[in-house]
Amino acid sequence: MSARDTILKRLRERADGPLTAPECDFAVVTNRGWSQEERLARFERWITSVHGEVVHVDQARWTEALAGVLADKGVRRLALGKQHPVAVEARSALADVDVELVGVDRDIEQWQREQFERVEAGLTSTRGAIAETGSLWLWPTPDEPRLISLVPPLHIAVLDADTVEDTLFDVVEAHAWAGGMPTNALLISGPSKTANIEQTLAYGVHGPRELVVIVRHAGEPPKATR
Amino acid sequence: MSGQPPGVETYTPREFHRQAHDALGNPQIRANFRKAMDGLMSKRRDSFDDWDLETLRELGANIRLRALARLPDLLEQLEANCEANGIRVHWAEDGEEACRIVREICESHGARSVIKGKSMVSEEMHLNAHLEEAGIEALESDLGEYLVQLNQQTPSHIIMPAIHLNTDEISEILHDKTGTERTRDVDYMTAAARQQLRERFMAADVGVSGVNFAVAETGTLCLVENEGNGRMTTTVPPVHVAVTGIEKVVEQLRDVPPLYALLTRSATGQHVTTYFNMISSPRKEGEHDGPKEVHLVLVDNGRSNIYQDDELLDTLRCIRCGACMNHCPVYTRVGGHTYGTTYPGPIGSILSPHLMGLEETKDLPTASSLCGACGEVCPVKIPIPDLLVRLRKESVGEGRGNVPGAGIKRTRKEVAAWKGFQWLATHPAVWRSGTSVAGKLRALTPARLGPWTDYRTAPKPAGTTLHALVKRHQSSKTHQEER
Repeated sequence: MSARDTILKRLRERADGPLTAPECDFAVVTNRGWSQEERLARFERWITSVHGEVVHVDQARWTEALAGVLADKGVRRLALGKQHPVAVEARSALADVDVELVGVDRDIEQWQREQFERVEAGLTSTRGAIAETGSLWLWPTPDEPRLISLVPPLHIAVLDADTVEDTLFDVVEAHAWAGGMPTNALLISGPSKTANIEQTLAYGVHGPRELVVIVRHAGEPPKATR
Repeated sequence: MSGQPPGVETYTPREFHRQAHDALGNPQIRANFRKAMDGLMSKRRDSFDDWDLETLRELGANIRLRALARLPDLLEQLEANCEANGIRVHWAEDGEEACRIVREICESHGARSVIKGKSMVSEEMHLNAHLEEAGIEALESDLGEYLVQLNQQTPSHIIMPAIHLNTDEISEILHDKTGTERTRDVDYMTAAARQQLRERFMAADVGVSGVNFAVAETGTLCLVENEGNGRMTTTVPPVHVAVTGIEKVVEQLRDVPPLYALLTRSATGQHVTTYFNMISSPRKEGEHDGPKEVHLVLVDNGRSNIYQDDELLDTLRCIRCGACMNHCPVYTRVGGHTYGTTYPGPIGSILSPHLMGLEETKDLPTASSLCGACGEVCPVKIPIPDLLVRLRKESVGEGRGNVPGAGIKRTRKEVAAWKGFQWLATHPAVWRSGTSVAGKLRALTPARLGPWTDYRTAPKPAGTTLHALVKRHQSSKTHQEER
């Protein structure tokens, strides 16, 4: 008998007989009832508490904010997609800026060392965010592969203000995640960090040292920092 | 611990008392753990401020119980959905078989270098030693695991593997093993490790990770982490092998958010970790990164035996947060290595006897003051103190006898002594005359009664029995009333 069959048989023929499955009430992880303003405030409070930076900007002027971030951080080589509207707009806006735009539409095997050693920042869109924990949710695509939010020392994420929801449970349910999960779904809450050396917090241990979230507002942003 | 590579510092649960004695005599160990655990306890408390904690714990416990109630069905569903997603599923009855499966996957790719994310199951099955015997280098990529590996040690905590080391010790390890400068600058040391490990991520043939939750409904493997090494491990090498105990399966995707909320807050007092990584398939056509093959190894290694018993089954609810050890007065004082097992502290004391047998671990269920803190903080309400008592009973042959090595601590002398006491205590006349004689001969009582008197004064029978004192008191009271 295979290990599989032996294990399953042992579990099915349980000595103390069948178990009863209890009911689960999920009310405690949903129904926060926050307004849009409260959601954004919570999202910002939590993500900045773990070293994330938030830039609020008018939707129409977000690429100016991006250029500002790149200039502030001294970024000369930016990895980004080509098809997502975020990438299309960024490429167009940065055409005349002294930043090399690095295409990511090639298999990692062809440019692994280049990505690890020479790319200074990765730009991605986001599908939304979670107010309760200050988390971004991303589903990497061929246009925005997994590693551009992980390998470069700076990750710049573009978030639309109206896509911030209350809880992870709400996001999973409202967007029917169970109906079709991607290869890799991600929550990102701040830059990479560790406290493995005597509980002292250090950032950028394996992934980005910095995370900047550009929050795009359809109307006037609450505090236009750029 | 058996199965470790040569040179690795060895601890064994058989030597729990000696190791505890040594740890208690090591002020550095005690200070390191005291400081860390005090911080973790207060962070955990604060992190649940905005929550109805008891309701959330109730939900967490019910989700885990529901998954266990349907465990065989869910494992089959997980397997079917993973396979449909392109993830190859393997089953292993024990650690040895699991090691063999991982090794064969590595060999089929001609792998010489494996990079590992943190995985307690892989520690449990001594995967590194097994791969090294086969000529495959396995390098830990979690910073804490990397440090203890460099120091030829095993982890001392399931969440914070290097918690027993202070900054100076870590600086010395990195200097000795990797040539960095001696420093107390944590950012410098972290940056050095980043540089060293990035090279290894790029060079690795296979990435091995654990799994925090395996979702049957979607065939998804969830990994919780802060550093990004888990994402690197599961994305950069061309092959990813995930290893998990069979109990980690949950039924639905909606079960994950409450467990994730409980896990991060209970473990380190964080409201969320930096990364929550959900993997549902290998790299698909058109995608540009991620492994081309993903394997899932489902490891039993004694878990299906725990599953047989209604009471012991609760052990399988564990989500490996480590809160019980953070709050345990024994763990805080002796540290994780003292237990000599992969899983230290209260959860280890109830899990290890099943994985290793009571012959090896008979002292672990007694490594507790039964203060109840572990049970109070457990996010999924495992009644750890009750299970410790149950295992103490099993060790002296008073349980159901279904734990490996049950009865190992039963001795004829002790059984005869307790039977004698039982007979005396149920025969009043003999009891009274016996206690009276003992009182008269109290001067002959020995001053030492084995290890019990190492830290205590030996008891002496009273000159007058309680029974006689009460009788005398009642008699004098009657006399006073009559006057």
